[in-house]
Parts: sequence; structure tokens; C-alpha cells
Amino acid sequence: MTALTYTLSDSATMLRRNLRRLQRYPSMTVLLVGMPIVFLLLFVYVFGGQLGTGLASGQSGRRDYLEYVVPGILLMTIAASVQGTAIVVAMDMTAGIIDRFRTMAIARPAVLAGHVIAAMIQTFLGLTIVIGVAIALGFRPTANPGAWLATIGILALFGFALVWLATALGLAAKSVETASNTPMFLTLLPFLGSGFVPTDTMQGGLRQFAEYQPFTPVTETVRGLLNGSPIGNHAIAAIGWSIGIAIASYLWALRLYINRQPR
Amino acid sequence: MSAAREPMIVASGVCKSFGDSVALNHVDLSVTEGTVFALLGPNGAGKTTLVRILSTLIAADAGEVRVGGHDVVHDADRVRERIGVTGQFSAVDDLLTGEENLRLMADLHHLGGNGRNRVAELLERFDLADAAHKTPATYSGGMRRRLDLAMTLMGSPSVIFLDEPTAGLDPRSRRTMWESIRELIATGVTILLTTQYLEEADELADQIAVLDDGLIVAEGSPAELKARVPGGHVELQFAAPEHLQAAARLFKTASADEHKLVLHVPNDASVPSLRALFERLDDARIDVDHLSVHTPSLDDVFFAVTGHTTAEDTTP
Repeated sequence: MTALTYTLSDSATMLRRNLRRLQRYPSMTVLLVGMPIVFLLLFVYVFGGQLGTGLASGQSGRRDYLEYVVPGILLMTIAASVQGTAIVVAMDMTAGIIDRFRTMAIARPAVLAGHVIAAMIQTFLGLTIVIGVAIALGFRPTANPGAWLATIGILALFGFALVWLATALGLAAKSVETASNTPMFLTLLPFLGSGFVPTDTMQGGLRQFAEYQPFTPVTETVRGLLNGSPIGNHAIAAIGWSIGIAIASYLWALRLYINRQPR
Repeated sequence: MSAAREPMIVASGVCKSFGDSVALNHVDLSVTEGTVFALLGPNGAGKTTLVRILSTLIAADAGEVRVGGHDVVHDADRVRERIGVTGQFSAVDDLLTGEENLRLMADLHHLGGNGRNRVAELLERFDLADAAHKTPATYSGGMRRRLDLAMTLMGSPSVIFLDEPTAGLDPRSRRTMWESIRELIATGVTILLTTQYLEEADELADQIAVLDDGLIVAEGSPAELKARVPGGHVELQFAAPEHLQAAARLFKTASADEHKLVLHVPNDASVPSLRALFERLDDARIDVDHLSVHTPSLDDVFFAVTGHTTAEDTTP
């Protein structure tokens, strides 16, 4: 076998291991997928009537707000899912088995690749469930198949970036508790952007932050692709942010993994 | 031919510090292929640090280490292909079953179709077949160690590092673990084990190095180490004070305990010197109530070379 086939085979082995671990520890996945669903229900049924009337196009309130809020909830789903990734990575790094892996001739990227691919699968599982719930609630996107593909592409790219970021945060954490806290800010970012209300309803510094932080262009791109609202430069910004975060986080994670001191 | 061959593990001038604390201070060691080498020392002596350097987990600050003829820094993957490591923290996946843990190792060693047989064989050998479908969370301490060792053996390593393989085990599990290690020794692999238990080093090792505070303070076979320490004696117990006094006059170098009616006579416990002792007692017609022979233990060795006992607990 060549180095490449070893890398692929070891990564596949690690992926199988991580998926099995997720399966054995389902409460975390349920909790992390459940959170955005709870927020979806909360924002549509509790705040939706009021918030919907504030939207420019507002006619029927709640229904319009559902259309508006789904992209924000989808990003929240990614953020919640990668919080789990950070926890899983930290759990792994604080356990003895990682030292075993490091004394074996395993293809170097395999351990992290296994985590990242498993996290992507988990994230997409979460996104599928959340979209399913949204459709059950009456979400009717206008997107054609091409736009759906583009939506999946943007969510995958941004998810990939956040998965690497969470992997790095999980590696950087000294304990599992820390790892469950540090990525928490990611679940807040959809609120401090255009996820739940348009940024032009905000004031001063907050508005500026909301307009320029990475979640906003991604939200606007997904919203545009699903509902046909104008996308403009947001797509470029969304792709740029995703690639930037992915590369920086990947390099950070790799450095942390290679320089990691055993327990 | 084997005499000319490089030893399986060679370390020279290995130094390692963590911040201000020196963990290893110019450690040299050499382990011949097919032998068992024990690193003996209390907590904090640097044993685990040394194992981590030898097994490619961390790099030394200075010095050179070669395992199986390969440099642990520049040729780490060559070394990793030959070694197996069982650490003192059990390195098993708690969310996978015993069988899945072994299967994972088989896949990482690219055993392919042979993996299945090897998994079954190791489960059987380590008496884990009944627990194969349970996760290690339900295992006893001894079972976890056995699974850990079985995982280490999956790749058929020729050099095995056992870092405190029986720490925290009850005496019965310790015996079982020793049995497993002996079976392993019989297969001709090279083993480096660390332990705080003198009895364990004495039981298992061909060669012992005493590590204290980052320094190797003594090295040799168990017998050689014991020979370095005086303290072999015969203890004679008497029924009456006059017998004790008579015997004390006979053996000028002996030390008497008047209260316990006991006399310690220096003796190397060899058959001729014991025979000579008995003859002198018979000639003088002295009745001995009870007799016991004391050879120096590795505890005596440790105390003699380090100035403190193994029980001393320094910070790791």
C-alpha cells in the first residue's frame, strides 16, 4: 500500500470509531440537535407573531418570520453541532487512548480527519432534521434544485470551517468542561447578526459588528438561495470567511495536535 | 552474531526538564534483545518520562535514543512499527466494546482479513472472550489492563514498554498480569518495564536499573544488585538467656537482642558457610530454638543506593 492508501484507510478506521462513539453517546447529539429546534419553535410561536410584523414584507407575521428565521436557525444548528465536536475532541485528547495512537505508525492526519469527517456527518444529520422540522412547521422555500445544491455547498463550507475551529478549541482545552464552554460564543453569533432580526434594526457598534461578522454573509446567502432575497456580495464574503476560518483553524489544530504533550 | 548486534534499546545522555524541574539527568541505558529490563524507582523518579521518550511520545531535550536500530526522533515511524506501549493510564476506548477496541487496533495495523482471527485469539488468550461484547466501563481493573495489553500486542511488536503494568491492581490481578508478562517474555520479545514494586522487578527482570530523581543510581541483575548490599544474616532464636550468651561469645561479629533472645549472625547464606555455622554451634553444644536465613531484599538495595525507601512519595 502507498502512503495515500494508508492515510485513507487509517482515516476511515478513525471515522468508523468516531461514528460508533457518537452512536454510543447519543444523548449529546440529541441535546445538540434539540437546541436549535427549541429555538425554532420558540422564535416562530412565541416571538414570531410580533417579529414577523416588523419585517418589511410583513403580511401574515408568523409565516413570514418562519421564512426569515430558518437560515439563522440552520447556522445555529452548525454552531451547536460543532460545540459537540469540541467536547468529543477534548474527551479523546484527555483519554489515554490518544497516547496509544501516537505511539503507533498511524498516518498522521488520520486521527483529526476521523473527527472532522464524523463531525461533518453529524452536522448534516442535524441540518436535515432541523430543515425537516421547519418544513413540517410550514417552511416553503422557493429554491430550485440548483439553489438547494448551492445552499448545501455554502452550509458545508461554513460547517467545515467551524468544525475545524471547534477541533482546534477542543485540542486547546485543558479539560472537557472548558471544551464545552469555549465554542459557546458560536451559538450566540446568529443572534448578533442577521439570523433573527435584520441588522439595520440594531444600533451603533452592535449594528456594525452584526453587519461585518462572518455569520451575517452566510445567513444572507442561505436566505437568498432559499427565499430569493437579494444576495449581492454576501456570497463572496461567505465563501471568503469560510475558507479563511477553515485554513487558520486547520493550521492551529494541526499545530496543537503535533505539539501536544502527553497527559 | 548477536553479540555484534546493536542492543534493542540504547539511550545515551538523555536529559529532560519540565520548566525548572529536571525529570531526567543524563540517563544512559542499554537493553539487549530478548531480555527484560526493569526501571525501578519511586513516583516522580522520571520513569514515565523516560518511557515516553523511548516510545516517541515526547522528545528529549538532549541525548540520543535508538530503538530497534532506529532513532526515535528522526525515524519515529520506523520505531513505532516495532514497539507496543502499555501506559499506566489505561489506553482503551471506553465507548467501544472489548472486541471493537481490538478490532480498531487490527485495522490500524492493516491486518485485513487476518484481523478477525487475531482479535479472537487475543480475547481468548487474555481471558476476555466472555466480556468481548461489553464496554471496558464494566470491566474490573485487572480486565482493563489485560485488554490494554492485548491491544498493545495486536501489531506483534518486538519491543514492548510496560509502564507500571500492575499499579493499582489487587494482589490476585497482579499475579495474573505477571503470568501474562511471563508468557510474553517466553516469546522472545524485548521488554522494558517500569515499576515501584521491588518484588515485581525481582520476579520479572533480567536487568534492573534503579532510577531516582532523574538519575540511574544503580544497575545490574537482581542478584548483582543484592550482592552490593551487606545485610545477609542468619537469625538464631534461643530458649534461654544463657544459650544466647554462649552463642554471642562464639560469634564475635554477631549482634544480640537480649530481650527477644535473638542473635543476628552475618552470613552470606551459602551452603558451606551455613554448614560451618551449624558445626560451630554443635561443637559448643548450644541449643537453637529456631533459625531463619535472611538474604538482602531489593528494598535493602534501594535504601543502600538512594538513602531512602521506595515508600517515599515525591511529586511526579
